[in-house]
Amino acid sequence: MATQTIAHGEQQRVNYLNWKTTVASWLFTYDHKRIGILYLVSITIFFLLGGIAAALIRMELATPKGDLLTSDVYNKMFTIHGVLMIFFFLVPSIPAVFGNFVLPMMIGARDVAFPRLNLLSWYFFMVGALLATIALVKGGIDTGWTFYTPYSSSFAKGEVSLAIVGVFLAGFSSIFTGINFLVTIHKMRAPGMTWFRLPLFVWAMYATSLIQVLGTPVVAITLLLVAVERSLRIGIFDPNLGGDPILYQHLFWFYSHPAVYIMILPGMGVISEVISAFSKKRVFGYHFVAFASLAIAIIGFLVWGHHMFSTGQSIYASILFSFLTFLVAIPSAIKTFNWMATIWKGRVHWEAPMIYALGFMGLFVIGGLTGLYLAAMATNVHLTDTYFIVAHFHYVMVGGAIMAYLAALHFWWPKMTGRMYPQSWAKLSALLVFVGFNLTFFPQFILGYMGMPRRYHSYPEEWAALNLLSSAGASVLGIGYLLPAIYLVWSLKYGRVVTERNPWGARGLEWELVDTPPDPHNFERTPIVTRPAYDYGHPEEPTGIIPKPRPVVVGGKDG
Amino acid sequence: MWNIPFVPPTASQEAVGISWLYWVITALSVFFGGIVLFGAIFLAVKYRAGNQNVDRSNATDSDLRLELSWTLIPLILAIAIFGWAAKLYGDIYAPREGGYYEVFVVGKQWMWHCQHPNGVRENNELTLPAGQLIKATIISQDVIHAFSIPAFRVKRDAVPGRYNAMYFTPTVPGEYHLFCTEYCGTKHSEMIGKVRVLPPDEFEKWLQSGGAGAAAAPMSLEEQGKQLFTKLACNTCHMNPNSAVKAPDLNGLYGHEVKLADGRTVKADDAYIRESILNPGAKIVAGYQNQMPPYQGQIKEEEIIALIAYIKSLAQAGGGN
Ligand code: HEC
Ligand code: HEM
Ligand SMILES: [Cu+2]
Ligand SMILES: [Cu+2]
Repeated sequence: MATQTIAHGEQQRVNYLNWKTTVASWLFTYDHKRIGILYLVSITIFFLLGGIAAALIRMELATPKGDLLTSDVYNKMFTIHGVLMIFFFLVPSIPAVFGNFVLPMMIGARDVAFPRLNLLSWYFFMVGALLATIALVKGGIDTGWTFYTPYSSSFAKGEVSLAIVGVFLAGFSSIFTGINFLVTIHKMRAPGMTWFRLPLFVWAMYATSLIQVLGTPVVAITLLLVAVERSLRIGIFDPNLGGDPILYQHLFWFYSHPAVYIMILPGMGVISEVISAFSKKRVFGYHFVAFASLAIAIIGFLVWGHHMFSTGQSIYASILFSFLTFLVAIPSAIKTFNWMATIWKGRVHWEAPMIYALGFMGLFVIGGLTGLYLAAMATNVHLTDTYFIVAHFHYVMVGGAIMAYLAALHFWWPKMTGRMYPQSWAKLSALLVFVGFNLTFFPQFILGYMGMPRRYHSYPEEWAALNLLSSAGASVLGIGYLLPAIYLVWSLKYGRVVTERNPWGARGLEWELVDTPPDPHNFERTPIVTRPAYDYGHPEEPTGIIPKPRPVVVGGKDG
Repeated sequence: MWNIPFVPPTASQEAVGISWLYWVITALSVFFGGIVLFGAIFLAVKYRAGNQNVDRSNATDSDLRLELSWTLIPLILAIAIFGWAAKLYGDIYAPREGGYYEVFVVGKQWMWHCQHPNGVRENNELTLPAGQLIKATIISQDVIHAFSIPAFRVKRDAVPGRYNAMYFTPTVPGEYHLFCTEYCGTKHSEMIGKVRVLPPDEFEKWLQSGGAGAAAAPMSLEEQGKQLFTKLACNTCHMNPNSAVKAPDLNGLYGHEVKLADGRTVKADDAYIRESILNPGAKIVAGYQNQMPPYQGQIKEEEIIALIAYIKSLAQAGGGN
């Protein structure tokens, strides 16, 4: 791959890609960077599969009649789409790929705290994905990604239990990754890397890991209980067996609300990195942005009832949940304003990652603001389970999280591969994604306000025009997502070779002290950190230094 | 009304307030969204690296006053919206003591079954009088559904095993969409119907004639319940002085407090009566044995509603236990 990477005309430099190239060296690697790449390849596949399901859904909805797919196939399609995109793409996306790849470098560590656990988490993920795929191939499931009871436990046909076990395993993969990052951030920071010198991506990953570790076990057990009720007919959630279907929703959302922050917090971290790097200015209000991540993680655990305003939960519970939901929106607002203030008086380079980051801000703001309609109880009752919800969460998770994922991919790509992609294609695709996205999902807000229910296979004639517009937009969006897949793969062979450590002129240990592509151990020796993050005001002072070797070095104790 | 593009009809009292709330949040969102969207682009263009002619002096990276203002201003606005929305939510969901016309809705895969107190039944249709406060009591016979009327801006989940209620006042006569909005399986998108709002006098006529296409005036829910009470042999124990089993008198039960064997007291409302029939062992009345057979799985939701209507009528008849 990167065999042309030649440093200073010497012999070919050893890097994490070329030091061993057998398949086994990849499948049994403990190297956090290689594990990141394994995840990158695997989740790309699930993104494609989920995308095909989405294309079929939008094709069906292009006309009001349910004439392309049968109802059952349609229902299976949106279930496949949701399950794959949420559990097998979005949840692992930024944490497992970029958290793995850059987090240790950012804090000056030579690997994560538990490299073996890290590899194990990828295997859990893959086995989970395999089971879920088998469930889908063996006829599919039609419960929706939310697996609401008693439909999922007593009525749905198909391999629901198998899919659930798949999600369960993926959940454990997520827990392992979370534990690993928490311990790594606590224990593996290089000397001088104090908490308030950490890049904001690390703060975001810390908050995310907390949620993964505290929340995921709950959903894992809950889903398992569904499988138990399904197979053993023990009454847990089905009222006919003496269970309580609303209990399921409490348990499910206790995780799945925080899980939406698993999907967005890492993205927010990426945006802090990218906006600062391309504005050549320290992130404005560093402490506020860092604590906003923690506030989101903590308050985010107390708002799950906002998914249940119409279920019949007590009015007083609803009032509390609504209030806390408004509170949890504030840290997101704080972050957004701080990003704007970062650009203010900066030196903005309009490179591809920055354009993706600006796109993120535009879409995330719309997604976040429409969250307020849903936090407000009375409008929620009208809008819940309509296309307004669909539009809202796609703005935050697809508009927000995937934009951030693409920003991260374009930002760290040269570091990961030693190759540069064509900038103009990248900018074009950022634009296509932004325009296609708005065309696809903005009409859905209007449809939702008019009352169009979600998960409908057919719908009344009067909504034909807006749905057609949405389907047309989806094809633009599809092209916007396909382009990066093409030019990034192309760049692996034909892209400009990047040998310099810091092609963007960014601050941070991964840019200043790590070779491109990185050495298998990241740093020659553990660095010493001397400056705060994003110290663009002092270009002559490095963020950290590699200490001189001591006279006798045997292996190195931190190797 | 249908010719206004992009907004649903506004056909209930509640819809007016909720629409206002919707548009006020929209105004705030456009304002703040506009600041961020256009502000970010404007700044990124103005401070582009190639532009040397802008003032970059005194660029700071923190400012407490700024942080406080963009924390507190959104916070205050958020709390105001929260309070307003909570009030409107209470209007549709908070229990009320009376003054309403009650309809019963049973959802099942994949149809809506609506019942008027005088016994008129409608399938996938609900006819209501304009200008009258309505209480809809909603339950499901199988999976969770949701009863949604966008023109009224109200919906309520139909949950198996649980009565949910909502209150609203239709105002504009006409025909409106009725949807199931909680995914319920294969034909979820066909679980739709119509809500018809009639002027009060027309509604009265419609109701007395037994609804659309009815051959004869139906039997009221109370009477249906009374018949069921015999048919299901409830009367072998209850209201039978010669019963072998000692069973509580149901006269005057509804709406009153009941002392339970474990010392608690509960109010005899719809949910309690429903549970007492389906699963009598869950709450034993003080002074009685757990001798009533559970009717779980042997009786349809519509029948339970009729039995409750009958037991309710016994309360008005007076007496007490
Ligand atoms: C075998 C006798 C028997 C039959 C048949 C029976 N019940 Fe009961 N019922 C009882 C007894 C005994 C109690 C008191 C113990 C308890 O709470 O379970 C009771 C309690 C109740 C209560 C609660 C009364 C209170 O004061 O709180 C209701 C309501 C009720 N029954 C309704 C019905 C209905 C409706 C039917 C027919 C579908 C029915 N019962 C059939 C014996 C019977
Ligand atoms: C910024 C403030 C936000 C607020 C106030 C907010 C509020 C809400 C509320 C109240 C709901 C429940 C709607 C309903 O079902 O009735 C909801 C749904 C949802 N939100 Fe948000 N949200 C916010 C941000 C986010 C973010 C950042 C994400 C994900 C990255 C997200 C993802 C979702 C998802 C996935 C659902 C729907 C799940 C489903 O029913 O399938 N939201 N949001
Ligand atoms: Cu939520
Ligand atoms: Cu349904």
